[in-house]
Amino acid sequence: MLVLARKKDESILIGDNIEIVITDITEDKVKIGIEAPRHMKIFRKELLEQIQDENIKSAGAKVDLSALRKTKI
Amino acid sequence: MLIKTKYFGEIQIDEKQIIDFPEGIPGFQDDKQYIMIRDEDTDFTFFQSLKTEDLCFITLPPVLIVGDYGFDISKETVEKLELEKAEDVLVYSILNIPEDYKKMTANLKAPIVINIKNNKGTQELLDDDKLDLKHPVFKGEE
Repeated sequence: MLVLARKKDESILIGDNIEIVITDITEDKVKIGIEAPRHMKIFRKELLEQIQDENIKSAGAKVDLSALRKTKI
Repeated sequence: MLIKTKYFGEIQIDEKQIIDFPEGIPGFQDDKQYIMIRDEDTDFTFFQSLKTEDLCFITLPPVLIVGDYGFDISKETVEKLELEKAEDVLVYSILNIPEDYKKMTANLKAPIVINIKNNKGTQELLDDDKLDLKHPVFKGEE
């Protein structure tokens, strides 16, 4: 992994059209601004992990179909 | 073609019905083809993997769970699914169904989005704190 030291308001460029700006730094948090093409997926890693976990739990269920059919939504 | 399913035994399907998930579904990236099975007389739709007999997601349309569900489909998804019109979109929420059915929850944060025109699908990740990962399907009932 490439590790770079940056100060507030300094940037990193990735490829031709992604820019990452450090907009604010506090004791335990950095705020990051990202300029990237609209079609690029950007989200917090925890979100993807949460969705994966939830999908795995959902798929793991052994559902009794006859009981489910009696369930009124 | 004949496929094996988790809940419905062996069923005959038409290849035209196959939904392609080019990137799979998070947690199951290797399963890229699903078939939608509407269970008669219920609102549940089953997403059965073609590759894995034991992999089947049970879903409901989110509007049946929360009346005013809505989100902006990302540009990325519009491009990936080659979406042209809003009418071509189907949206489903994956259910997490414990033994006690009354405690089932729906994932409103990551809906399944399908373009019915070309049968391409994806699971859209919505980074919105107002949308629940585990939204109770039944409210206030014991």
